[in-house]
Amino acid sequence: MTRPRLTWGLTALLTTILAAAPAFADDATPKLDSGDTAWMLSSTALVLLMTIPGLALFYAGMVRKKNILATMMQSFTICCIVTIVWMVAGYSIAFTTGTAYMGDFSRIMLHGIADHIVKGNDSQAFVLASGVKGVSDMVTTIPETVYMMFQMTFAIITPALIAGAFADRMKFSAMCLFMTLWSLLIYAPVAHWVWSPSGWASQLGVLDFAGGTVVHINAGIAGLVCALVLGKRNGYGTVNMAPYNLAYAVIGASLLWVGWFGFNAGSAVAANGRAGMAMSVTQIATAAAALGWVFAEWIAKGKPSVLGAASGAVAGLVAITPASGFVLPGGALVIGIAAGVGCFWASTSLKHMLGYDDSLDCFGVHGVGGIIGALLTGVFAFGPLSATDANPDGSPGGMAQFVLQCEGVASTLVYSGVGTFVLLMIVKAIVGLRVNEEEEREGLDIVLHGEQVF
Amino acid sequence: MKLIMAIIKPFKLDDVREALTPLGVQGLTVTEVKGFGRQKGQTEIYRGAEYHVSFLPKVKIEVVVGDDLAEGVIEAIAKAANTGKIGDGKIFVLDVERAMRIRTGETDIAAL
Repeated sequence: MTRPRLTWGLTALLTTILAAAPAFADDATPKLDSGDTAWMLSSTALVLLMTIPGLALFYAGMVRKKNILATMMQSFTICCIVTIVWMVAGYSIAFTTGTAYMGDFSRIMLHGIADHIVKGNDSQAFVLASGVKGVSDMVTTIPETVYMMFQMTFAIITPALIAGAFADRMKFSAMCLFMTLWSLLIYAPVAHWVWSPSGWASQLGVLDFAGGTVVHINAGIAGLVCALVLGKRNGYGTVNMAPYNLAYAVIGASLLWVGWFGFNAGSAVAANGRAGMAMSVTQIATAAAALGWVFAEWIAKGKPSVLGAASGAVAGLVAITPASGFVLPGGALVIGIAAGVGCFWASTSLKHMLGYDDSLDCFGVHGVGGIIGALLTGVFAFGPLSATDANPDGSPGGMAQFVLQCEGVASTLVYSGVGTFVLLMIVKAIVGLRVNEEEEREGLDIVLHGEQVF
Repeated sequence: MKLIMAIIKPFKLDDVREALTPLGVQGLTVTEVKGFGRQKGQTEIYRGAEYHVSFLPKVKIEVVVGDDLAEGVIEAIAKAANTGKIGDGKIFVLDVERAMRIRTGETDIAAL
Protein backbone atom coordinates (compact mmCIF):
# COMPACT_ATOMS: atom_id res chain seq x y z
CA MET A 1 0.00 0.00 0.00
CA THR A 2 2.69 2.38 0.92
CA ARG A 3 4.99 1.81 -1.99
CA PRO A 4 2.66 2.77 -4.88
CA ARG A 5 1.56 5.85 -3.04
CA LEU A 6 5.16 6.92 -2.52
CA THR A 7 5.99 6.32 -6.17
CA TRP A 8 3.00 8.35 -7.18
CA GLY A 9 4.02 11.07 -4.79
CA LEU A 10 7.58 11.20 -6.08
CA THR A 11 6.43 11.29 -9.67
CA ALA A 12 4.06 14.12 -8.92
CA LEU A 13 6.76 16.04 -7.09
CA LEU A 14 9.23 15.51 -9.91
CA THR A 15 6.71 16.66 -12.48
CA THR A 16 5.96 19.74 -10.45
CA ILE A 17 9.65 20.61 -10.11
CA LEU A 18 10.35 20.06 -13.79
CA ALA A 19 7.38 22.16 -14.81
CA ALA A 20 8.21 24.90 -12.35
CA ALA A 21 11.95 25.01 -13.00
CA PRO A 22 12.02 27.20 -16.14
CA ALA A 23 9.53 29.66 -14.70
CA PHE A 24 11.50 29.84 -11.45
CA ALA A 25 14.72 30.54 -13.35
CA ASP A 26 13.05 33.37 -15.26
CA ASP A 27 11.84 35.03 -12.09
CA ALA A 28 15.23 34.68 -10.45
CA THR A 29 17.14 36.38 -13.26
CA PRO A 30 18.10 39.66 -11.60
CA LYS A 31 16.56 42.44 -13.65
CA LEU A 32 18.26 45.68 -14.58
CA ASP A 33 16.60 48.95 -13.65
CA SER A 34 17.45 51.94 -15.80
CA GLY A 35 16.61 54.44 -13.04
CA ASP A 36 18.94 52.75 -10.57
CA THR A 37 21.63 52.42 -13.20
CA ALA A 38 21.37 56.13 -14.09
CA TRP A 39 21.74 57.13 -10.45
CA MET A 40 24.73 54.83 -9.96
CA LEU A 41 26.48 56.21 -13.06
CA SER A 42 25.97 59.71 -11.62
CA SER A 43 27.09 58.64 -8.14
CA THR A 44 30.27 57.18 -9.58
CA ALA A 45 31.15 60.51 -11.19
CA LEU A 46 30.33 62.33 -7.92
CA VAL A 47 32.64 60.09 -5.89
CA LEU A 48 35.48 60.59 -8.36
CA LEU A 49 34.94 64.34 -7.96
CA MET A 50 35.72 63.90 -4.26
CA THR A 51 39.32 62.87 -4.99
CA ILE A 52 40.02 65.01 -8.04
CA PRO A 53 39.73 67.89 -7.53
CA GLY A 54 38.05 67.78 -4.07
CA LEU A 55 40.65 66.11 -1.87
CA ALA A 56 43.51 67.41 -4.04
CA LEU A 57 42.41 71.00 -3.31
CA PHE A 58 41.53 70.34 0.34
CA TYR A 59 45.00 68.97 1.05
CA ALA A 60 46.94 71.31 -1.24
CA GLY A 61 45.31 74.29 0.47
CA MET A 62 46.70 73.25 3.84
CA VAL A 63 50.37 72.85 2.91
CA ARG A 64 53.08 75.44 2.43
CA LYS A 65 53.61 77.11 -0.94
CA LYS A 66 56.59 74.92 -1.81
CA ASN A 67 54.55 71.69 -1.56
CA ILE A 68 51.25 72.61 -3.23
CA LEU A 69 51.86 70.87 -6.56
CA ALA A 70 53.39 67.77 -4.97
CA THR A 71 50.32 67.42 -2.75
CA MET A 72 47.93 67.73 -5.69
CA MET A 73 50.07 65.28 -7.62
CA GLN A 74 49.59 62.68 -4.87
CA SER A 75 45.79 62.66 -5.22
CA PHE A 76 46.01 62.74 -9.00
CA THR A 77 48.57 59.94 -9.25
CA ILE A 78 46.78 57.75 -6.72
CA CYS A 79 43.64 58.13 -8.84
CA CYS A 80 45.53 56.75 -11.84
CA ILE A 81 47.47 54.02 -10.02
CA VAL A 82 44.46 52.62 -8.18
CA THR A 83 42.41 52.58 -11.37
CA ILE A 84 44.90 50.19 -12.92
CA VAL A 85 45.40 48.17 -9.72
CA TRP A 86 41.63 47.81 -9.41
CA MET A 87 41.32 46.61 -12.99
CA VAL A 88 44.20 44.15 -12.68
CA ALA A 89 43.35 42.49 -9.35
CA GLY A 90 41.82 44.80 -6.73
CA TYR A 91 38.24 44.39 -7.86
CA SER A 92 38.57 40.62 -8.05
CA ILE A 93 40.01 40.41 -4.51
CA ALA A 94 37.28 42.63 -3.10
CA PHE A 95 34.09 41.76 -4.94
CA THR A 96 34.08 38.12 -5.96
CA THR A 97 32.71 35.36 -3.74
CA GLY A 98 35.98 33.73 -2.62
CA THR A 99 36.32 33.03 1.11
CA ALA A 100 35.36 35.02 4.19
CA TYR A 101 38.72 36.82 4.11
CA MET A 102 39.22 37.69 0.46
CA GLY A 103 37.64 37.20 -2.93
CA ASP A 104 38.90 34.85 -5.61
CA PHE A 105 40.77 35.53 -8.84
CA SER A 106 37.88 35.06 -11.26
CA ARG A 107 37.80 38.75 -12.22
CA ILE A 108 41.56 39.28 -12.69
CA MET A 109 41.98 41.83 -15.51
CA LEU A 110 38.19 42.15 -15.25
CA HIS A 111 37.97 38.82 -17.02
CA GLY A 112 34.36 37.84 -17.65
CA ILE A 113 32.85 41.23 -16.89
CA ALA A 114 31.24 41.19 -20.35
CA ASP A 115 29.81 37.67 -19.96
CA HIS A 116 26.20 38.78 -19.77
CA ILE A 117 26.31 41.41 -22.48
CA VAL A 118 23.90 40.71 -25.29
CA LYS A 119 23.05 43.22 -28.02
CA GLY A 120 24.86 46.04 -26.27
CA ASN A 121 23.34 45.59 -22.84
CA ASP A 122 23.70 43.28 -19.86
CA SER A 123 21.09 40.54 -19.92
CA GLN A 124 21.07 40.42 -16.11
CA ALA A 125 22.03 42.56 -13.15
CA PHE A 126 25.07 42.04 -10.95
CA VAL A 127 24.78 39.50 -8.14
CA LEU A 128 27.45 38.96 -5.52
CA ALA A 129 28.14 35.83 -3.48
CA SER A 130 25.34 33.68 -4.86
CA GLY A 131 25.38 30.06 -3.75
CA VAL A 132 27.42 30.59 -0.57
CA LYS A 133 26.05 28.40 2.20
CA GLY A 134 24.19 30.29 4.90
CA VAL A 135 24.58 33.66 3.17
CA SER A 136 21.88 35.54 1.34
CA ASP A 137 23.43 36.88 -1.82
CA MET A 138 23.46 40.55 -2.76
CA VAL A 139 21.23 41.16 -5.76
CA THR A 140 21.56 44.52 -7.48
CA THR A 141 19.64 46.09 -10.36
CA ILE A 142 22.66 47.52 -12.16
CA PRO A 143 25.23 46.08 -14.61
CA GLU A 144 28.48 44.77 -13.14
CA THR A 145 30.49 47.41 -15.04
CA VAL A 146 28.67 50.14 -13.12
CA TYR A 147 29.14 48.36 -9.78
CA MET A 148 32.84 47.83 -10.53
CA MET A 149 33.32 51.52 -11.45
CA PHE A 150 31.37 52.79 -8.43
CA GLN A 151 33.52 50.69 -6.12
CA MET A 152 36.66 51.78 -7.96
CA THR A 153 36.07 55.41 -6.98
CA PHE A 154 35.97 54.29 -3.31
CA ALA A 155 39.18 52.36 -3.80
CA ILE A 156 40.72 55.56 -5.22
CA ILE A 157 39.81 57.97 -2.44
CA THR A 158 40.83 55.72 0.46
CA PRO A 159 44.60 55.66 -0.18
CA ALA A 160 44.43 59.30 -1.29
CA LEU A 161 43.20 60.19 2.21
CA ILE A 162 46.33 58.63 3.76
CA ALA A 163 48.51 61.09 1.84
CA GLY A 164 47.46 63.81 4.28
CA ALA A 165 49.44 62.15 7.05
CA PHE A 166 52.82 62.15 5.29
CA ALA A 167 52.43 65.40 3.35
CA ASP A 168 55.57 67.50 2.83
CA ARG A 169 58.10 64.68 3.23
CA MET A 170 57.50 61.38 1.39
CA LYS A 171 59.39 60.42 -1.75
CA PHE A 172 57.20 60.19 -4.84
CA SER A 173 58.59 56.77 -5.78
CA ALA A 174 57.91 55.46 -2.29
CA MET A 175 54.38 56.87 -2.39
CA CYS A 176 53.62 55.14 -5.71
CA LEU A 177 54.92 51.77 -4.53
CA PHE A 178 53.27 51.99 -1.11
CA MET A 179 49.88 52.93 -2.53
CA THR A 180 49.94 50.10 -5.07
CA LEU A 181 50.64 47.54 -2.35
CA TRP A 182 48.25 49.11 0.14
CA SER A 183 45.36 49.19 -2.29
CA LEU A 184 45.84 45.54 -3.18
CA LEU A 185 46.71 44.03 0.20
CA ILE A 186 44.88 46.24 2.71
CA TYR A 187 41.98 47.99 0.99
CA ALA A 188 40.68 45.18 -1.21
CA PRO A 189 40.53 42.49 1.54
CA VAL A 190 38.90 44.86 4.06
CA ALA A 191 36.31 45.88 1.46
CA HIS A 192 35.62 42.16 0.95
CA TRP A 193 35.19 41.48 4.70
CA VAL A 194 32.62 44.23 5.08
CA TRP A 195 30.83 44.64 1.77
CA SER A 196 30.79 41.19 0.18
CA PRO A 197 27.98 39.12 1.72
CA SER A 198 30.54 36.29 1.94
CA GLY A 199 32.97 38.42 3.98
CA TRP A 200 33.33 37.55 7.69
CA ALA A 201 32.39 41.00 9.01
CA SER A 202 29.31 41.08 6.84
CA GLN A 203 28.29 37.59 7.98
CA LEU A 204 28.82 38.62 11.58
CA GLY A 205 26.44 41.55 11.06
CA VAL A 206 28.83 44.54 11.27
CA LEU A 207 27.08 47.57 9.79
CA ASP A 208 28.99 49.88 7.47
CA PHE A 209 26.77 51.53 4.90
CA ALA A 210 29.30 53.53 2.88
CA GLY A 211 32.72 52.94 4.37
CA GLY A 212 33.28 54.02 7.97
CA THR A 213 35.53 51.02 8.58
CA VAL A 214 36.55 50.18 5.01
CA VAL A 215 37.42 53.73 3.96
CA HIS A 216 37.88 56.08 6.91
CA ILE A 217 39.13 54.01 9.84
CA ASN A 218 41.24 52.04 7.36
CA ALA A 219 42.84 55.20 5.91
CA GLY A 220 42.98 56.96 9.30
CA ILE A 221 44.98 54.31 11.11
CA ALA A 222 47.22 53.79 8.06
CA GLY A 223 47.87 57.54 8.12
CA LEU A 224 48.78 57.46 11.80
CA VAL A 225 51.23 54.61 11.22
CA CYS A 226 52.75 56.53 8.26
CA ALA A 227 53.15 59.66 10.41
CA LEU A 228 54.85 57.64 13.17
CA VAL A 229 57.14 55.66 10.84
CA LEU A 230 58.19 58.62 8.67
CA GLY A 231 58.63 60.92 11.66
CA LYS A 232 57.97 64.62 12.02
CA ARG A 233 58.59 67.21 9.35
CA ASN A 234 61.88 69.07 9.83
CA GLY A 235 61.30 72.09 11.99
CA TYR A 236 57.94 70.83 13.28
CA GLY A 237 56.95 72.99 16.21
CA THR A 238 59.49 75.72 15.50
CA VAL A 239 59.18 76.61 11.81
CA ASN A 240 56.04 78.37 10.56
CA MET A 241 54.01 75.73 8.72
CA ALA A 242 50.91 77.83 8.20
CA PRO A 243 48.75 76.86 5.19
CA TYR A 244 49.52 78.93 2.10
CA ASN A 245 46.05 79.13 0.57
CA LEU A 246 43.11 78.23 2.76
CA ALA A 247 40.72 79.25 -0.01
CA TYR A 248 41.79 76.07 -1.84
CA ALA A 249 41.02 74.06 1.29
CA VAL A 250 37.53 75.53 1.55
CA ILE A 251 36.78 74.87 -2.12
CA GLY A 252 38.12 71.33 -1.72
CA ALA A 253 36.03 70.64 1.38
CA SER A 254 32.94 71.97 -0.41
CA LEU A 255 33.56 69.68 -3.39
CA LEU A 256 34.00 66.77 -0.97
CA TRP A 257 30.64 67.64 0.58
CA VAL A 258 28.83 67.65 -2.78
CA GLY A 259 30.60 64.50 -3.98
CA TRP A 260 29.74 62.74 -0.74
CA PHE A 261 26.10 62.50 -1.81
CA GLY A 262 27.30 60.05 -4.44
CA PHE A 263 29.35 58.27 -1.79
CA ASN A 264 26.56 57.84 0.77
CA ALA A 265 23.30 58.00 -1.17
CA GLY A 266 24.99 56.00 -3.96
CA SER A 267 25.79 53.25 -1.47
CA ALA A 268 22.10 52.31 -1.51
CA VAL A 269 22.99 50.95 -5.00
CA ALA A 270 19.53 52.08 -6.05
CA ALA A 271 17.53 55.27 -6.57
CA ASN A 272 15.13 54.69 -3.71
CA GLY A 273 13.94 55.86 -0.31
CA ARG A 274 16.97 54.51 1.47
CA ALA A 275 19.18 56.61 -0.81
CA GLY A 276 17.00 59.60 0.01
CA MET A 277 17.38 59.01 3.75
CA ALA A 278 21.14 58.51 3.34
CA MET A 279 21.34 61.85 1.53
CA SER A 280 19.24 63.63 4.18
CA VAL A 281 21.24 62.40 7.15
CA THR A 282 24.48 63.19 5.33
CA GLN A 283 23.49 66.84 4.97
CA ILE A 284 22.27 67.10 8.58
CA ALA A 285 25.30 65.45 10.19
CA THR A 286 27.73 67.50 8.10
CA ALA A 287 26.14 70.81 9.03
CA ALA A 288 25.98 69.80 12.70
CA ALA A 289 29.65 68.75 12.73
CA ALA A 290 30.83 71.98 11.06
CA LEU A 291 28.96 74.01 13.68
CA GLY A 292 30.20 71.70 16.45
CA TRP A 293 33.85 72.20 15.48
CA VAL A 294 33.47 75.96 14.99
CA PHE A 295 31.74 76.55 18.34
CA ALA A 296 34.16 74.28 20.20
CA GLU A 297 37.03 76.24 18.65
CA TRP A 298 35.39 79.58 19.39
CA ILE A 299 35.07 78.65 23.05
CA ALA A 300 38.49 76.98 23.40
CA LYS A 301 40.70 79.21 21.22
CA GLY A 302 38.77 82.46 20.99
CA LYS A 303 38.06 82.55 17.25
CA PRO A 304 35.80 80.58 14.89
CA SER A 305 38.19 79.70 12.06
CA VAL A 306 37.47 79.08 8.38
CA LEU A 307 39.72 76.01 8.41
CA GLY A 308 37.74 74.80 11.42
CA ALA A 309 34.44 75.08 9.55
CA ALA A 310 35.82 73.16 6.56
CA SER A 311 37.46 70.53 8.77
CA GLY A 312 34.31 70.11 10.84
CA ALA A 313 32.24 69.53 7.71
CA VAL A 314 34.63 66.80 6.57
CA ALA A 315 34.56 65.23 10.04
CA GLY A 316 30.75 65.10 9.87
CA LEU A 317 30.80 63.56 6.40
CA VAL A 318 33.22 60.92 7.65
CA ALA A 319 31.19 60.05 10.74
CA ILE A 320 27.84 59.77 8.98
CA THR A 321 29.32 57.53 6.28
CA PRO A 322 28.85 54.17 8.06
CA ALA A 323 25.53 55.33 9.54
CA SER A 324 23.85 56.80 6.47
CA GLY A 325 21.28 54.30 5.24
CA PHE A 326 20.83 52.98 8.79
CA VAL A 327 19.97 56.01 10.94
CA LEU A 328 17.26 58.67 11.08
CA PRO A 329 17.74 62.48 11.13
CA GLY A 330 17.80 62.67 14.94
CA GLY A 331 20.63 60.16 15.15
CA ALA A 332 22.46 62.04 12.40
CA LEU A 333 22.31 65.25 14.43
CA VAL A 334 23.93 63.55 17.43
CA ILE A 335 26.55 61.82 15.26
CA GLY A 336 27.39 65.14 13.59
CA ILE A 337 27.86 67.08 16.82
CA ALA A 338 29.90 64.26 18.36
CA ALA A 339 32.14 64.11 15.29
CA GLY A 340 32.63 67.90 15.10
CA VAL A 341 33.66 68.24 18.74
CA GLY A 342 35.53 64.90 18.88
CA CYS A 343 37.61 65.52 15.76
CA PHE A 344 38.33 69.10 16.86
CA TRP A 345 39.76 67.73 20.08
CA ALA A 346 41.72 64.98 18.29
CA SER A 347 43.22 67.33 15.68
CA THR A 348 44.08 70.24 17.95
CA SER A 349 44.80 68.70 21.36
CA LEU A 350 45.35 64.94 21.17
CA LYS A 351 47.85 65.30 18.33
CA HIS A 352 49.94 67.83 20.23
CA MET A 353 49.65 65.85 23.46
CA LEU A 354 50.96 62.66 21.84
CA GLY A 355 53.46 64.53 19.67
CA TYR A 356 53.00 62.81 16.30
CA ASP A 357 53.07 64.91 13.13
CA ASP A 358 49.97 63.88 11.19
CA SER A 359 50.43 66.85 8.85
CA LEU A 360 46.86 67.29 7.61
CA ASP A 361 45.07 65.27 10.31
CA CYS A 362 44.29 62.12 8.39
CA PHE A 363 43.90 60.25 11.70
CA GLY A 364 42.37 63.13 13.63
CA VAL A 365 39.56 63.58 11.11
CA HIS A 366 39.16 60.26 9.26
CA GLY A 367 40.32 57.84 11.94
CA VAL A 368 38.57 59.46 14.89
CA GLY A 369 35.51 60.53 12.86
CA GLY A 370 35.23 57.05 11.38
CA ILE A 371 35.36 55.41 14.81
CA ILE A 372 32.74 57.78 16.24
CA GLY A 373 30.45 57.10 13.28
CA ALA A 374 30.95 53.33 13.22
CA LEU A 375 30.24 52.96 16.94
CA LEU A 376 27.24 55.31 16.98
CA THR A 377 25.77 53.41 14.02
CA GLY A 378 25.37 50.54 16.49
CA VAL A 379 23.42 52.85 18.78
CA PHE A 380 21.15 54.73 16.39
CA ALA A 381 20.45 52.17 13.61
CA PHE A 382 16.73 52.10 12.75
CA GLY A 383 15.61 48.55 11.90
CA PRO A 384 13.10 49.16 9.10
CA LEU A 385 15.75 50.92 6.96
CA SER A 386 17.74 47.69 6.63
CA ALA A 387 14.85 45.21 6.79
CA THR A 388 14.55 42.61 4.02
CA ASP A 389 12.33 39.59 3.34
CA ALA A 390 15.00 37.36 4.84
CA ASN A 391 15.52 39.68 7.82
CA PRO A 392 12.21 41.46 8.50
CA ASP A 393 13.45 43.24 11.63
CA GLY A 394 16.50 44.73 9.93
CA SER A 395 19.46 45.62 12.12
CA PRO A 396 18.29 47.91 14.92
CA GLY A 397 20.76 49.65 17.21
CA GLY A 398 21.37 48.31 20.71
CA MET A 399 23.97 46.72 22.91
CA ALA A 400 24.38 43.64 20.69
CA GLN A 401 24.90 45.75 17.58
CA PHE A 402 27.25 48.11 19.42
CA VAL A 403 29.47 45.16 20.37
CA LEU A 404 29.52 44.01 16.73
CA GLN A 405 30.52 47.52 15.66
CA CYS A 406 33.39 47.46 18.18
CA GLU A 407 34.60 44.20 16.65
CA GLY A 408 34.50 45.71 13.16
CA VAL A 409 36.41 48.80 14.30
CA ALA A 410 39.02 46.83 16.24
CA SER A 411 39.72 44.36 13.42
CA THR A 412 40.17 47.18 10.91
CA LEU A 413 42.49 49.08 13.26
CA VAL A 414 44.65 46.01 13.86
CA TYR A 415 44.77 44.67 10.30
CA SER A 416 45.33 48.04 8.64
CA GLY A 417 47.72 49.28 11.33
CA VAL A 418 49.96 46.21 11.27
CA GLY A 419 49.66 45.76 7.50
CA THR A 420 50.60 49.38 6.84
CA PHE A 421 53.66 49.06 9.08
CA VAL A 422 54.85 45.96 7.23
CA LEU A 423 54.31 47.57 3.81
CA LEU A 424 56.20 50.69 4.87
CA MET A 425 59.16 48.54 5.95
CA ILE A 426 59.15 46.79 2.57
CA VAL A 427 59.01 50.09 0.68
CA LYS A 428 61.73 51.54 2.93
CA ALA A 429 64.01 48.61 2.07
CA ILE A 430 63.40 49.00 -1.67
CA VAL A 431 63.37 52.77 -2.35
CA GLY A 432 63.47 54.54 1.05
CA LEU A 433 60.57 56.58 2.41
CA ARG A 434 61.64 60.20 2.97
CA VAL A 435 63.30 62.89 0.92
CA ASN A 436 66.50 64.14 2.56
CA GLU A 437 66.57 67.16 4.83
CA GLU A 438 67.83 69.57 2.21
CA GLU A 439 65.22 68.46 -0.33
CA GLU A 440 62.52 68.85 2.28
CA ARG A 441 63.66 72.40 3.04
CA GLU A 442 63.77 73.21 -0.67
CA GLY A 443 60.21 71.97 -1.16
CA LEU A 444 58.81 68.93 -2.93
CA ASP A 445 57.42 70.83 -5.93
CA ILE A 446 60.80 71.78 -7.31
CA VAL A 447 62.76 68.78 -5.98
CA LEU A 448 60.40 65.98 -6.99
CA HIS A 449 58.58 67.47 -9.96
CA GLY A 450 60.76 70.31 -11.26
CA GLU A 451 57.86 72.75 -11.21
CA GLN A 452 56.55 75.60 -9.08
CA VAL A 453 53.12 77.00 -8.37
CA PHE A 454 52.56 80.77 -8.95
CA MET B 1 66.56 117.17 -4.18
CA LYS B 2 65.25 114.86 -1.46
CA LEU B 3 64.10 111.23 -1.54
CA ILE B 4 61.20 110.89 0.86
CA MET B 5 60.61 107.26 1.80
CA ALA B 6 57.52 106.49 3.85
CA ILE B 7 56.39 103.13 5.29
CA ILE B 8 52.66 103.32 5.89
CA LYS B 9 49.61 101.18 6.54
CA PRO B 10 48.38 99.73 3.24
CA PHE B 11 44.86 101.11 3.51
CA LYS B 12 46.24 104.66 3.85
CA LEU B 13 47.84 104.63 0.39
CA ASP B 14 45.03 106.39 -1.43
CA ASP B 15 44.73 109.09 1.24
CA VAL B 16 48.45 109.82 0.94
CA ARG B 17 48.32 109.99 -2.85
CA GLU B 18 45.39 112.40 -2.72
CA ALA B 19 47.22 114.59 -0.21
CA LEU B 20 50.35 114.79 -2.38
CA THR B 21 48.86 115.66 -5.77
CA PRO B 22 47.82 119.25 -4.86
CA LEU B 23 51.38 119.95 -3.67
CA GLY B 24 52.72 119.44 -7.18
CA VAL B 25 54.15 115.95 -6.74
CA GLN B 26 54.35 114.54 -10.28
CA GLY B 27 54.92 110.88 -9.50
CA LEU B 28 55.80 108.32 -6.87
CA THR B 29 56.75 104.66 -6.54
CA VAL B 30 54.85 102.19 -4.37
CA THR B 31 56.09 98.81 -3.12
CA GLU B 32 54.31 96.20 -1.01
CA VAL B 33 56.66 95.35 1.84
CA LYS B 34 56.70 93.46 5.13
CA GLY B 35 58.36 94.43 8.35
CA PHE B 36 58.09 94.94 12.05
CA GLY B 37 58.41 97.81 14.49
CA ARG B 38 56.70 98.60 17.77
CA GLN B 39 53.54 96.91 16.49
CA LYS B 40 55.37 93.51 16.69
CA GLY B 41 53.32 90.86 14.89
CA GLN B 42 50.24 88.75 15.29
CA THR B 43 49.35 85.16 16.20
CA GLU B 44 47.74 82.77 13.74
CA ILE B 45 46.23 79.42 14.78
CA TYR B 46 45.68 76.52 12.37
CA ARG B 47 44.11 73.43 13.94
CA GLY B 48 45.71 74.19 17.26
CA ALA B 49 49.18 74.99 15.89
CA GLU B 50 50.04 78.57 16.84
CA TYR B 51 52.38 80.63 14.71
CA HIS B 52 53.64 84.08 15.61
CA VAL B 53 53.85 86.16 12.46
CA SER B 54 56.38 88.91 13.17
CA PHE B 55 56.35 90.63 9.78
CA LEU B 56 53.23 92.59 8.94
CA PRO B 57 52.31 93.87 5.49
CA LYS B 58 53.02 97.57 4.85
CA VAL B 59 53.30 99.84 1.82
CA LYS B 60 56.48 101.74 1.02
CA ILE B 61 56.16 105.02 -0.88
CA GLU B 62 59.18 106.64 -2.53
CA VAL B 63 58.93 110.15 -3.87
CA VAL B 64 61.69 112.53 -5.04
CA VAL B 65 61.04 116.29 -4.88
CA GLY B 66 62.97 119.55 -4.92
CA ASP B 67 64.27 120.85 -1.57
CA ASP B 68 61.57 123.52 -1.48
CA LEU B 69 58.74 120.98 -1.61
CA ALA B 70 60.23 118.45 0.83
CA GLU B 71 58.89 119.89 4.08
CA GLY B 72 55.32 120.15 2.72
CA VAL B 73 55.40 116.57 1.39
CA ILE B 74 56.64 115.19 4.73
CA GLU B 75 53.89 117.01 6.59
CA ALA B 76 51.23 115.89 4.11
CA ILE B 77 52.24 112.23 4.38
CA ALA B 78 52.44 112.38 8.17
CA LYS B 79 48.97 113.89 8.32
CA ALA B 80 47.30 111.62 5.77
CA ALA B 81 48.80 108.35 7.08
CA ASN B 82 48.13 109.05 10.74
CA THR B 83 45.57 106.95 12.60
CA GLY B 84 47.03 107.57 16.06
CA LYS B 85 47.43 103.85 16.61
CA ILE B 86 50.63 101.85 16.90
CA GLY B 87 51.92 100.66 13.50
CA ASP B 88 51.30 103.85 11.49
CA GLY B 89 54.83 103.66 10.04
CA LYS B 90 57.81 105.97 9.54
CA ILE B 91 59.19 108.56 7.13
CA PHE B 92 62.86 108.75 6.09
CA VAL B 93 64.41 111.60 4.13
CA LEU B 94 67.62 111.24 2.08
CA ASP B 95 69.62 113.59 -0.13
CA VAL B 96 69.54 112.78 -3.86
CA GLU B 97 72.64 113.53 -5.98
CA ARG B 98 71.28 113.27 -9.49
CA ALA B 99 68.14 112.47 -11.46
CA MET B 100 67.49 111.83 -15.15
CA ARG B 101 64.37 111.27 -17.25
CA ILE B 102 65.24 108.36 -19.51
CA ARG B 103 63.03 109.39 -22.46
CA THR B 104 64.37 112.96 -22.92
CA GLY B 105 67.67 112.99 -21.10
CA GLU B 106 66.54 115.94 -18.90
CA THR B 107 68.35 116.06 -15.56
CA ASP B 108 67.74 116.93 -11.91
CA ILE B 109 64.71 119.13 -11.08
CA ALA B 110 63.56 119.12 -14.72
CA ALA B 111 63.52 115.32 -14.64
CA LEU B 112 61.16 115.05 -11.67
